[in-house]
Amino acid sequence: MGMTITEKILAVHAGKEKVYPGEFLSCKVDIALGNDITAPIAIAEFRKADVKKVFDPAKIALVPDHFTPNKDIASAENSKILREFAREHEISHYYEIGKVGIEHVLLPELGVVVPGDMVIGADSHTCTYGALGAFSTGVGSTDLAACMATGTVWIKVPETIKIVFQGKLGPWVSGKDLILFLIGQIGVDGARYNALEFTGPVIDALGMSDRFTIANMAIEAGAKNGIFIPDDITRNYVNNRAERLYDFYKSDPDAKYIEEFVYDVSDMEPQVAFPHLPENARPISKVGTVAIDQSVIGSCTNGRLEDFRQAAKVLKGNNVDSRVRLLIFPGTQQVYLDAMNEGLLEIFIRAGGVISPPTCGPCLGGHMGVLAKGERAIATTNRNFVGRMGHPESEVYLSNPAIAAASAVLGRIGSPDEL
Amino acid sequence: MEHCGKTWKFGDDINTDLIIPARYLNTSDPEELALHCMEDEDADFIKKISPGDIIVAGKHFGCGSSREHAPICIKAAGIACVIAKSYARIFFRNSFNIGLPIFEVEEVDRIQQGDELQIKSDEGLIINITRNEEYSTEPFPPFMQELIQCGGLMEMVKRQLDKK
Repeated sequence: MGMTITEKILAVHAGKEKVYPGEFLSCKVDIALGNDITAPIAIAEFRKADVKKVFDPAKIALVPDHFTPNKDIASAENSKILREFAREHEISHYYEIGKVGIEHVLLPELGVVVPGDMVIGADSHTCTYGALGAFSTGVGSTDLAACMATGTVWIKVPETIKIVFQGKLGPWVSGKDLILFLIGQIGVDGARYNALEFTGPVIDALGMSDRFTIANMAIEAGAKNGIFIPDDITRNYVNNRAERLYDFYKSDPDAKYIEEFVYDVSDMEPQVAFPHLPENARPISKVGTVAIDQSVIGSCTNGRLEDFRQAAKVLKGNNVDSRVRLLIFPGTQQVYLDAMNEGLLEIFIRAGGVISPPTCGPCLGGHMGVLAKGERAIATTNRNFVGRMGHPESEVYLSNPAIAAASAVLGRIGSPDEL
Repeated sequence: MEHCGKTWKFGDDINTDLIIPARYLNTSDPEELALHCMEDEDADFIKKISPGDIIVAGKHFGCGSSREHAPICIKAAGIACVIAKSYARIFFRNSFNIGLPIFEVEEVDRIQQGDELQIKSDEGLIINITRNEEYSTEPFPPFMQELIQCGGLMEMVKRQLDKK
């Protein structure tokens, strides 16, 4: 019996020839990640255990991206904890304001995470790096503390669900729509504890940006990890970035899958997930009239250059509706710079949008775009839970960047075809 | 563990934003976090509960973010344990790692708000005193039991490092 890509990467990092779903492993970790919300608890646990040194200062990444630039004194204190710990332990992958970006856009962009890696992060969207063909999963702060001390993590080998997307994507349909559609099909716990392996002709033709978007939201189906088989598109992306040597793994033809879902997505429309779960996906033609107060484009899900190109294509020559606030959040400083050089930022500003520094702020109702009671936003982010972007009686609808841009102009949720 | 307590009932897919909204994550102080436990699901929850009470929920409890603040605030609020049909995996790990007892019970639908439960975790048994019923809980895998016996993940790590 062969192994899936997920099983192969886990086996290599556990020093085993073969692993089986359900087996508990202790795996060596290539990169362990924390942010300004989760790392302070990890650092406190690390210090409490009286550990003197981190296992390897080159394999830890501390990314203050959530409440930064610091929104208040308490957040500033948390960032300070990261900064001082990074200095004390000579953590090489610590990023100060000016260099920092949204962690899951930043680390792949810098080649800090590479194909074949075993990555854990005290952030649930750590699953994003599966797009590179890495095993990557979210954990809590204490897991991060333990890993910073030992360089290992305990993992139960997941069963793998294979997702096959067939056909060809229509206009304005992207990776975001594929993953919202899938979560709509299988539910927010449809892949609980499992690996999601994305394959098929649609995936083969998909660029890295869309693959990151899909892997990013694997957690929204409850998955342990979402993963892609690396190919030439992956190689082109990592070649000039990778900090380390990397390995390409692929699933064996006789690998075992617990389930397989095949979808022909040729006729699929852009999807919108209604409040208050990402599984409430509907095609754009079935949305009806939903007026919005805010449109948010960016985040670890859709904060890459290709996302802003899509948004700019829609916004060029148009004006944001007077009742709507359009917020643009580039994922990193590099994305910001590239968007500026391509003239995208000018399009956003002329349309009436505002551009924020890279931060997770609005996605989790932290700062930089919090909703008031009764307000409604469309967002290219990943969660639309109750109170996610602010007041518990506000609402978030999830979509791709083109839909979010068109909605900003229309003043209600709609498609670029209506402009 | 052996414990008796009164239940507070919640539905399916209770996410970490409901357990502890992100607007309070600029602190990791357990006492402060506890003040906002379950706030966006039930704004008065923290005023209504007594130490030793039990949270009972449906499927996929603790889904969403990786914030350890979620099990931390439940524990600091004085909740003795959580019983759910199933858990999101990061919340499950976090609860073990910080020492919040959690149990998986198939028949949670039979438990009502305010029921008096007796938990006998060594026997894998939960007794509903109010309804005179018994439910069994899934035993934890041996690895997880070892983790509990060590006194949590960081204790296990300390032992590992001491050996070296």
